[in-house]
Amino acid sequence: MTMVTESDLHAYVDGVLPERARAEVEDWLAAHPDETERLRAYREQNAVLRSLFNPVLEEPVPASLFRPIARAGWRRYALAAGVFVVGIALGWIMRSALPSPAAPSPSLARQAAIAHAVYAPEVRHPVEVAADQEDHLVKWLSKRVGTELKNPNLHALGYELVGGRLLSGPQGPVAQFMYQDARGQRLTLYVARQRGERRDTAFRYSQEERVSVFYWVDGSFGYALSGEIGRSQLLEVADAVYKQLNP
Amino acid sequence: MDRQHIVEHIPRLRRYARALLGDRYAADDLVQDTLERAWNKFYLWRPGSDLRAWLFAIMHNVFVNQVRRHRNEIEQTMEELPVVAVRATQIEQLELRDVDRALGALPSEQREVLLLIAVEQMTYGEASRALDVPIGTVMSRLSRGRERMRQVLGGQAAVPLKAVK
Repeated sequence: MTMVTESDLHAYVDGVLPERARAEVEDWLAAHPDETERLRAYREQNAVLRSLFNPVLEEPVPASLFRPIARAGWRRYALAAGVFVVGIALGWIMRSALPSPAAPSPSLARQAAIAHAVYAPEVRHPVEVAADQEDHLVKWLSKRVGTELKNPNLHALGYELVGGRLLSGPQGPVAQFMYQDARGQRLTLYVARQRGERRDTAFRYSQEERVSVFYWVDGSFGYALSGEIGRSQLLEVADAVYKQLNP
Repeated sequence: MDRQHIVEHIPRLRRYARALLGDRYAADDLVQDTLERAWNKFYLWRPGSDLRAWLFAIMHNVFVNQVRRHRNEIEQTMEELPVVAVRATQIEQLELRDVDRALGALPSEQREVLLLIAVEQMTYGEASRALDVPIGTVMSRLSRGRERMRQVLGGQAAVPLKAVK
């Protein structure tokens, strides 16, 4: 039998062993019940630690944490457009940190609204890959996010694709598509892998300061459409997006 | 990629800091110091490299400096920790509270590694870079940390939690 090391056993617990090595560890474990028990305990530690601390991700971020950013940013980049963008994001985030009588908005809507507030006002670099490379954009984001993405065509509603960018979210890579109408009004579609096996396909609405968000979960992905437009207008677009993604 | 991306990592930095320090306010202070440093030293970040790993490396450095500065204080706090009541029969239902305490009683090097792997779900390589130690060190700390947790929680012996180092 192949030599199984202590490191192999930990890699097995963490689910990072390649297929073949995993099979070898399993064969080895079949002959070592004490070790099976030990590894089970380690796996349980992983699960318990996650369930203990993952809720922190859902908490609103206290405004005080943005002070170093606001201060440093203002001092050194007072003339840069970046400050304006951060300012908007800060205004929004600080607002959300205040106690609110309503139920806390779920993290998908919050993250999407933050991403919208950060990038939608960008004048020079709103996207990483522009709409003139649409095919490349969709392929690239699909590959990084790990699913075949479709970017909806919103031409009929007066919105054209500006492009998209890759963001990082709590569950890994996130895709953001940006659209714009003739007046420069921007909408963003945020697509992020969701934790667990939740399969909630109902539309939900969240108002995050000036940003309205319609969001839904489809399979293991969450979708959020954000914009600084009225609820009924946004719903019309969200509806079109949903229909195109689920023909 | 610009420094505004730092904002997106704040929830994860808070989660890690909370798990590392146990105390909400101390944790947010750690996050704030980390953000301040990251924001001011952003020119040191190598574009294209992993921003999360860089931020966690900064947090690690800030944490280590704090530990060094307040070592006496921290050791004192640990001595005040109650000893966990060990119930070998209930290992199936580990109580979250017990796990939190057992975690708090680990030497900080082991606690950091365990959290980066178990909660942050970093690869061993990422943890090695964030902590600036060789992978072999990551593996041995992980191994010792997990085993110590298991013994404290599983009741191999009623190991008092203050038995650190």
